[in-house]
Amino acid sequence: MDMGVSAAAQDPATGTADEIDLVIQDVSMHFKTRHGTVTAVDGVSFEIRRGEFVSIIGPSGCGKSTVFNILGGLVPGYEGSVRIGGEQISGPHSSIGMVFQEESTFPWRTVIDNIAFPLEIKGVSKAERHEVARRFVDLVGLSGFEQRYPSELSGGMRQRVAIARTLVFEPRILLMDEPFAALDEQTRVLLGDKVLKIQEELRQTTLLITHNITEAVQLSDRVVIMTFRPGRVKRIVDIHLPRPRTGDIVGSEAFGRHVAEIWNDLREEASRGMAESEELSRMKGS
Amino acid sequence: MRLYLVPPALFGTGCVLGFLGLVEWLLRIGVLNQFVIPFPSSVLLSFPRLFAEEQLLHRLLLTGMEALIASLLVISFAIGIGMFLHRYRIARLATEPWIAAAAAAPIVLAYPLFLVIFGRSSATIIAIGFVAGLAPALLKTLEGFQGVRKTLLDVGHSYNLTRSQLFWKIQFPAAIPTIFTGIRLGLIFTLINLIGVEFLINFGGLGQLINDLAERYDLPGVFATIVFVVLVSVFLFSALELVERWLRPAQR
Repeated sequence: MDMGVSAAAQDPATGTADEIDLVIQDVSMHFKTRHGTVTAVDGVSFEIRRGEFVSIIGPSGCGKSTVFNILGGLVPGYEGSVRIGGEQISGPHSSIGMVFQEESTFPWRTVIDNIAFPLEIKGVSKAERHEVARRFVDLVGLSGFEQRYPSELSGGMRQRVAIARTLVFEPRILLMDEPFAALDEQTRVLLGDKVLKIQEELRQTTLLITHNITEAVQLSDRVVIMTFRPGRVKRIVDIHLPRPRTGDIVGSEAFGRHVAEIWNDLREEASRGMAESEELSRMKGS
Repeated sequence: MRLYLVPPALFGTGCVLGFLGLVEWLLRIGVLNQFVIPFPSSVLLSFPRLFAEEQLLHRLLLTGMEALIASLLVISFAIGIGMFLHRYRIARLATEPWIAAAAAAPIVLAYPLFLVIFGRSSATIIAIGFVAGLAPALLKTLEGFQGVRKTLLDVGHSYNLTRSQLFWKIQFPAAIPTIFTGIRLGLIFTLINLIGVEFLINFGGLGQLINDLAERYDLPGVFATIVFVVLVSVFLFSALELVERWLRPAQR
């Protein structure tokens, strides 16, 4: 088994670009609360081709993270189906790697041991897993920090450790739930560059959950816009921007057009979300 | 040289010596009563006498050994029972209020019961020390396991970890800081009760010596022995800190 970066890069993703990798079909999820049953997502369907970068964008409370958890196999009891390469999944799948929104590095492990964690679980020897992990340390630009603990790193660096830890076992599909949400705008754009480079190199199918339109347009081939609760697919926008991309693309006219187009769709949903939360606050106050 | 550049240990020692010097001076000028508080210099001078006449070293080792055994029992049982109660929610819900109540109970008052069961021996002292330290250590152990961040567990689930892998690779190391806070708390209870029972049943090491010396109104001897009780405590807590650093090198 070769777990190196080069092996992954040789994956002829471009040659199978039209192959459907991930199918989400008519997925709905209901939660029971004190006030009754809440439908988080309702009949969500879309497909992602192999090697494609897709973002899901929507206002807070539209069920983006629910979709993330369903795809990652972390929540049971949803309706509909999720298939990877034709295989129906019913729990965490070895083809899927997840990067979480919240801080998820292990504070008791060094950077290298954090990144090597999935290989340790697989039973790979310490020398071999460190060798592989070092390549991913380089890939995310953390060379020289191998022996540091997460508490000694910045938020952006910790998130890169989490990304490298997910990439190290070479998942075919990478799910990211607002991985840069806690970071400032400049760091977010620069880390976006880093993600673009990594995706360029590893050619993974990537699904990014975000509420940031700029981030979605900068990184994606397609953007799935979701409605406010219950979350449904409102529209899927194709992003016609050349690749390879860098953060510089945010200044281009085409970029601005895409941002405006998505915002037009999103504005109505965001307004609904805001109105509902104001109404909720009023009810709590009275 | 600025104050913050002085190594903390040196600064701490200097503060203690300064305080003792102040007490000595206040005693000598008569502000403090020498029949209530002995001269620190007399306490220092009583050390050789205590070693020669009162078998201080033997008593120190005896109390130290009792404290070590009681501590190991507290650690083993707190973690073991904590793991069990964390695993079986119904058992935790049924017992947690009782454990909280036991943590606040004055266990030392039950010493006659322990005397009946274990006799006037080190076993009684160790048993009371263990029982007194177990409840607080157990409560914090449970808190540690329950406080593991959901995201860390989700990371484990996303890698399809088995229940055992999830526990040993994520839950246990994540809970270590809180578990050790509980163990420290438990060991404080253990030591207090251990010395207290030695004193009460007039058996064993340093607690008994304090009792004997107090009855002879040997104030310098009493205070000197208390210094050695502190030494036992310092040794135990230093050893615990080493174990914690070994188990979890980086603390957030």
